[in-house]
Amino acid sequence: MATTRIVVDPLTRIEGHLRIEAQAENGRITNAWATSTQFRGIEIIMKGRDPRDAWAFTQRICGVCTVVHAVASCRAVEDALDIRIPPNANLIRNLIHGMQFVQDHVIHFYHLHALDWVDVVSALSADPAATSKLAQSLSPWPNNSATYFAEVKNRLKTFVGTGQLGIFTNGYWGHPAYKLPPAANLMAVAHYLEALDWQRDVIRLHTIFGGKNPHPNFLVGGMASTINLEDTATINAERLTDIYAIIAKAQRFVEQVYWPDLLAVAGFYKEWAAIGGGTGNYLAVGEFPDGDVRDIDSLYLPRGIILNKDLSKIHPYDQQLVKEYINSSWYEYSKGDSEGLHPWEGETKAKYDGPPTPWTYLQDSKKYTWMKAPRYEGRPMEVGPLARALVAFGSGHEDMRVMVKEVLDRLEVGPAALFSTLGRVAARGAETVLLARRLSHWYDALVGRIKGGDVRTHNGDKWKPESWPAKAQGYGYLDAPRGALGHWVQIEDGKIARYQCVVPSTWNCSPRDGQGQPGPYEAALMDHHPLANPEQPLEILRTIHSFDPCMACGVHVLDATGKEVTAVKVQ
Amino acid sequence: MYLPTSQPWSPDDSLGQYLERRGVTRRDFLVFCGQMTAALGLAEMMTPKVAAALAAVKRPTVVWLSLQECTGCVESVLRTAEPTIGDLVLDVVSLDYQHNIMAAAGHQAEAALQSSMAKNKGEYLLVVTGSVPRNDGGIYTTIGGRTAETVLKEAARDAKAVIAIGACAHWGNIQAARPNPTGAVGVSDIVKDKPVVNIAGCPPIGDVVTATIVHFLTFGRIPELDYDGRPLFAYGARIHDQCPRRANFDAGQFVEEFDDEAARKGWCLYHVGCKGPATFSPCPIFQWNSHTSWPIGAGHPCLGCTERNFWDTMTPFYGRLPDVAGFGVERYADTIGAALAVGAAAGVAAHAVATGVHQMRQRRKALPVIEGSDDGHD
Repeated sequence: MATTRIVVDPLTRIEGHLRIEAQAENGRITNAWATSTQFRGIEIIMKGRDPRDAWAFTQRICGVCTVVHAVASCRAVEDALDIRIPPNANLIRNLIHGMQFVQDHVIHFYHLHALDWVDVVSALSADPAATSKLAQSLSPWPNNSATYFAEVKNRLKTFVGTGQLGIFTNGYWGHPAYKLPPAANLMAVAHYLEALDWQRDVIRLHTIFGGKNPHPNFLVGGMASTINLEDTATINAERLTDIYAIIAKAQRFVEQVYWPDLLAVAGFYKEWAAIGGGTGNYLAVGEFPDGDVRDIDSLYLPRGIILNKDLSKIHPYDQQLVKEYINSSWYEYSKGDSEGLHPWEGETKAKYDGPPTPWTYLQDSKKYTWMKAPRYEGRPMEVGPLARALVAFGSGHEDMRVMVKEVLDRLEVGPAALFSTLGRVAARGAETVLLARRLSHWYDALVGRIKGGDVRTHNGDKWKPESWPAKAQGYGYLDAPRGALGHWVQIEDGKIARYQCVVPSTWNCSPRDGQGQPGPYEAALMDHHPLANPEQPLEILRTIHSFDPCMACGVHVLDATGKEVTAVKVQ
Repeated sequence: MYLPTSQPWSPDDSLGQYLERRGVTRRDFLVFCGQMTAALGLAEMMTPKVAAALAAVKRPTVVWLSLQECTGCVESVLRTAEPTIGDLVLDVVSLDYQHNIMAAAGHQAEAALQSSMAKNKGEYLLVVTGSVPRNDGGIYTTIGGRTAETVLKEAARDAKAVIAIGACAHWGNIQAARPNPTGAVGVSDIVKDKPVVNIAGCPPIGDVVTATIVHFLTFGRIPELDYDGRPLFAYGARIHDQCPRRANFDAGQFVEEFDDEAARKGWCLYHVGCKGPATFSPCPIFQWNSHTSWPIGAGHPCLGCTERNFWDTMTPFYGRLPDVAGFGVERYADTIGAALAVGAAAGVAAHAVATGVHQMRQRRKALPVIEGSDDGHD
């Protein structure tokens, strides 16, 4: 059978602009290319700015991961200027970032990923009584009566009946790869709708501490929100009570809806535990310090590296060993394309040499994306929930071991099943459960400190530029919902001299390097990957969505040294 | 707004019939119309008119383009506050193309776009998030292999109205900050032949988007706009004039350092960089995320994100306003006053703004403070 070429552009239900090209033969994907089709140049824009403003600029890299760049940026500047933030500020950042994980992962499951596994049209033939029975067998969640599901079904039926399908137009309904029975599809549709309301409510925690979401406010040296139990405009008992209730609401939905749904759906798609593994190398920089961010041992989710799927050995991570390559990216380096550069010396000069628009195929071009290729000691690394879960599991993290065991027992598979598309889905859910629970730990710690009389939220000792050295540089790490993130800042005479980020989706969506090693998306699509109907690339969506792509994060000029983005030649 | 319209609005129904079928009582509907009337800054006596107009409208098609952006604006709309009925009003549009949530991908997605534009020619509402990079043939953002500019021009051609949501679609936003490496511009720099509503902010409050669409449905036209294309009902007042901490400003009670005693009393943030005096935004009135709080309410100075070029004109963010690079508050207020000179009301507003600035300057002269150095903190 001849090779079929496939183009999926725009790849929807992600953040940003992603194009996937592939070749398939006999129902299998034989080759794949991931292309980021957007470039913005944010770090160039940051040169010469006040480093205390950097969090706001980098935050705008992404409005979905709306917390992660801001916090990583604060950490980088605080590292450069040797600022220790007060414990309360660290707890507040953990609460905000923890809620970002919980909210973002649930949205991903229901609103970005679910339609790859759930056939909305099939829900129309569900028996509400059967759905009710299924729901009750899974969870004590109160919205589980036959009457309730009959109402959801009725709404859906009327909707489909109008012929105006809105966002469901041209979905792959009826595709043979959909395996859920109608009753399960109906349950998932009901929870899709409930999650929409839920996400809006729980994110209010960001608004209480940061004033708004998306893009809550942060502050180098701590947090701007103040604590005063005796004032109306501050974090007081009324605000704390609200936060307590929000956390409870988040936990209830995660434990009673998301996690049971995930396990139930996964049970129908066990074959996906042997599909879409990919690189086999995993990197977690670790997250949620209980103490100072520099104290790696105090991280709730541990740091480490796994090579070649060997869970028995967790290797240490050293940021000095990260390099970026541009063999397949639309940039050029002064020392030539084959050099890899550490972010401290990174340079970026955009040089588009692809075909003119409109594109037909990019796969015939040597360079095919705006994404660079980060490598750790020359290796492509997968980052994200699966990497964190594997590193935690391999490190003997007790909470994570319990979660992983539950997944493996329920699906009746061994640990090797984790290296897969389904493994990513399960790992994301597992860490959501753990972090939703962890929110209470941070909340209790914050309340305990306030009780003890500590209300400090900001350390202003080194706020003024006069207190800074003439030259300083810092590294801010953070493990974001989508994976390992690093910000590198160099400060000279009170201004940003260089600013660089290496971002989760840069790792995962990276293109081929000089050795021809594909990036994690590409490798996953080439790993025992089916494609039943090239006209309906449902299976490609499943695996790519399992990474939760965030393209705006991945692409940006990684050099703020003042080199202008040079003229780009469009053929 | 992303719900599969639960009890969908059939093309033959009016909204009134539809709501009735869905079990929304007349009373609930009027309450909602009252809220919307207030949000739109209309007199209460307008409520019946809003209700009558809304009840009669037919379900419009919306096409949503995501261009060069961070998706924060989409997230913000997803947080729209009004429960049930608020969702409903957005929900009752037929959202035929939206990257972040639509089921279809690739050419099936593009087919949905083409089909919707053809079927609803001249009638659909075009919503845009993200800027348009124009340097180097527009190669810095492509969708389906075509440049953002090509896609936007095609979609705008047969749209009835265009709503540009967020600072990127408004004027280019952070991409357009100095030195604007990709040549990013806003929608109104490309679409010249029809009005473009700018829902300003990075991101804007989702409820402003809701209210703008309600306005469009109710009155059959876009709302009155200010000199920069922003709806007056949302952007007609300065933050400084609506701020609950204004009394502290007037009394000379300022936060001098973050987390100082003044900060713990919720005093004015002007000395630590607040851009409220130069920013027109509904933040203090609408507030964020179901009226939970807003930036100044949570103790951080306003960044001025509803104003054009704020990354260059409002920075350093912690610098005190008159000392911020390239900024002249008084001149700015005059400019706005001139652009707003469309009637007595606007004249009064402009006067109030100029007076506020004048008073502010007088007060600053009177206060024993050291003028800010460019580090912005003194």
